[in-house]
Amino acid sequence: MSSPAAVSIGTTPTGADRRVLLSGNEAVAQGAVEAGITMAVGYPGTPSTEILESIGDRRDIDVRWSPNEKVALDVALGASLGGARALATMKHVGLNVAADTFMTSAYTGVGAGLVIITADDPGMHSSQNEQDNRAYARMAGVPLLEPSNSAEAREFTRAAFELSEEFDTPVLVRTTTRVSHNRGLVEPGPRGEPPVAGFRADPSKYVMIPGYARARRPVLLERLRRLAEYADSSPFTQEFGSGTDFGVVTSGISHHYVREALPDARILKLGMSYPLPMERIRRFADSVDRLFVVEELDPHLENDLLAAGIAVEGKAFFPQEGELDPDRVRRGFVAAGVLEPGPESEPPPVPMARPPLMCPGCPHTPPFLALKRLGAVVTGDIGCYTLASLEPLAAMDTCVAMGSSIGMAVGMAASGGAGAPVVATIGDSTFLHGGVQGLAEAVYSQADITVLILDNGTTAMTGGQEHPGTGFTLDRTETTPVDLVALCRALGVKDVNVVDPYDLAATYNALEAAMATGGPSVVITNRPCVESPTKVRDRAYEVIADACTACQACMTIGCPSIVWTDEFAEGRRKVRIDTLTCTGCTLCAQICTPLAIVPVPEPVETGHDH
Amino acid sequence: MTTETKGLILAGVGGQGVILASMIVADALVRAGHDVKQSEVHGMAQRGGSVFSHIRWGAGVDSPLVGQGTAEVLAAFEWAEAIRSVGYVREGGAVVADLRTIVPPGACQDRRSWRRGYPDVDPELFLGRRVKSRLIDAAATASELGNVRAANSVILGAVAAFLDIERRHWEEAIEAMVPPGTAEVNLAAFRAGSEASDARIPGRAPEPRGYAGPHLIDIRHDWCKGCDICSRVCPEFCLEVDPRGRLEIVDHQACTGCRLCELLCPDFAISVTAPTEQTPKPSEAVTNHG
Repeated sequence: MSSPAAVSIGTTPTGADRRVLLSGNEAVAQGAVEAGITMAVGYPGTPSTEILESIGDRRDIDVRWSPNEKVALDVALGASLGGARALATMKHVGLNVAADTFMTSAYTGVGAGLVIITADDPGMHSSQNEQDNRAYARMAGVPLLEPSNSAEAREFTRAAFELSEEFDTPVLVRTTTRVSHNRGLVEPGPRGEPPVAGFRADPSKYVMIPGYARARRPVLLERLRRLAEYADSSPFTQEFGSGTDFGVVTSGISHHYVREALPDARILKLGMSYPLPMERIRRFADSVDRLFVVEELDPHLENDLLAAGIAVEGKAFFPQEGELDPDRVRRGFVAAGVLEPGPESEPPPVPMARPPLMCPGCPHTPPFLALKRLGAVVTGDIGCYTLASLEPLAAMDTCVAMGSSIGMAVGMAASGGAGAPVVATIGDSTFLHGGVQGLAEAVYSQADITVLILDNGTTAMTGGQEHPGTGFTLDRTETTPVDLVALCRALGVKDVNVVDPYDLAATYNALEAAMATGGPSVVITNRPCVESPTKVRDRAYEVIADACTACQACMTIGCPSIVWTDEFAEGRRKVRIDTLTCTGCTLCAQICTPLAIVPVPEPVETGHDH
Repeated sequence: MTTETKGLILAGVGGQGVILASMIVADALVRAGHDVKQSEVHGMAQRGGSVFSHIRWGAGVDSPLVGQGTAEVLAAFEWAEAIRSVGYVREGGAVVADLRTIVPPGACQDRRSWRRGYPDVDPELFLGRRVKSRLIDAAATASELGNVRAANSVILGAVAAFLDIERRHWEEAIEAMVPPGTAEVNLAAFRAGSEASDARIPGRAPEPRGYAGPHLIDIRHDWCKGCDICSRVCPEFCLEVDPRGRLEIVDHQACTGCRLCELLCPDFAISVTAPTEQTPKPSEAVTNHG
């Protein structure tokens, strides 16, 4: 058995309070820096994005965005085999993309420490699903750590690298939105010394042809057995509280919700939740009359305990969908008869929905206005433009996964049942992430589809990250950008057109022509995001109230800068433009038939707050 | 121990600076010697959606989330967001609400009643909940001090009046966190906010005249050549040229009578007339713009 002392968590007390407020993401970065990483790589995705950004432009760490999570994990694994401690970061659905490498990396093991962060999003604050990535640890046979706050995010990440090297395995660290985006006090430690090692060729370990992989499978299983043994005595497993009436097994953020609801309850907190410290759990279960599991999303712990013959209650009282919170956990314990019902506070009626919106001046808006007029069936993708599915644009029919728009368009067109021309819409970052292969399929099958690449020169939805098409790296070093036009042509698309989306008529005509073309066609829009990397602010526009006929044409854009006034024309409300937020994109002026929308007389101050 | 833990909610709209303001509050609480957790949601919320930040502090904080009905103070940077989050405030707690209104485009879509889907600026909407309140016009106060961008510090000043944190901790936090060169105006704004009295509630907007009923669209097909201009400009998507080139009214009920089609038709083939009698009430009308 490995010595538990090999892995240390906690902070060496220094006497002075050096604690600072760090988000879970910043704390993960801090832990990795302390672990002596020299490689950090990922693809942006809420809630994981800030990990790499907060490592920033340190000269002693190679921090980089990859085109997608699969490539990121490939880079990290390669770096690890080359002797560099490597961190790979992604959101939960990103691990789906990286899963191919992830599964087999459990067979190869590592060189220097390799840690993969999966940032799950229970409640789907910014995600298309709320898959519970704890399942991946079991599927791959990789140890799983679940920090419950910022301090643990730092400690567990640092320790994960030690664990990775000790057991020769990649380590999965799972955060959730409430850990990633929660600030808490952390005592940072010094930068760790990077390991000094190089690549040691070992084909039987790193070349996973069937003959070699078969030999690695028992190694993996034996490693899991040793890890389970280690979990029983490891500092990751902690007990709290007293009493024998009932006990709670929990992990991650749920631990704090349980403590909030039942401050003195017996709790077994699992910092490592795969493989499980089953002997420790069994002893804990034997010491209480009634055992609960409180876990967000799927009943992983509950099912494992039941399979081990341990009587336990969980999802009967605690919901399987959405985020937990102190109120939901409290209600669960009330239903279980452990807590007396307290006063329930009814939330007030919701005043109105305030969904996220496309920004004023967003270059993605005009193409969707055109697509709505053209009556296309629009397969959408993941990015800001997904907001075009909402009223008043309501111009998107599907959105499933990164890059899915193109393949889905091919299938939709092939089905013969679309009833209208099919257009796939995809952003530049998403296209390079997972859309290129879809376009190859469209060319291969000569699909009658149009692919609209909304190239705004950034990864906008996650806050404006660089990608291989922008010409800059994460630390803003210049590099060779991927040429989207040349790429589409090289794949075999003959009909490739670039259009200025701020010219609505040109955009409409380009799309109309492309949709009328047989076989695959591509239209690329070329205006930058108005928020990143630089704020685009041109002279604002205003409405001449006397000229406004209140026709509502401009209200079909959904621009946040255009609102109703209390003036009426024939019973219809006239409109006003908020000149402080208007970027001067001119779209509303282009569709204002009475010519009531004009530039403000003097340029307004730029760089203002909203 | 955990019973001492207190909570605060900051609520506003993406782009208002709610996150920076909550980092200042959290920093002040750390300086005052508390354990602090501050939680928020990024991502989609940045795009003009509602933004919330939960702050909890005490000797040892467990949950980063504030439970319903338990917050000491709600700091709302926008009126509708004050209404949305008032349920978090405990009985006897306080609401600090900026009277600023940010009406989203979604609240300007009902072309039947022409009513805004936005709550009235009426303190009764939350005073029924037995909370203290301070209604402020932070932008006006900050403008008087010379920088409208210090408005969030006015709100923090008003929040400070309801919390037991020494003023120096607030001031140190503001100095440490605001953009370089703006500490002085932000400190002045903070002081003004802590001394602010309730701002004047604006008068109610006039009621719209109500639904005028769908207009009558009349097409002279013998004059129409199917050029498609009218259907491309109709804001309500009432018209469509079918594959044979014939102009059809696909949604008669949605016509608001803007007459763009009539005015732009090169062949004078369309006329739009207002409904004259038997105007249906909004509840009876077919609605496509919910």
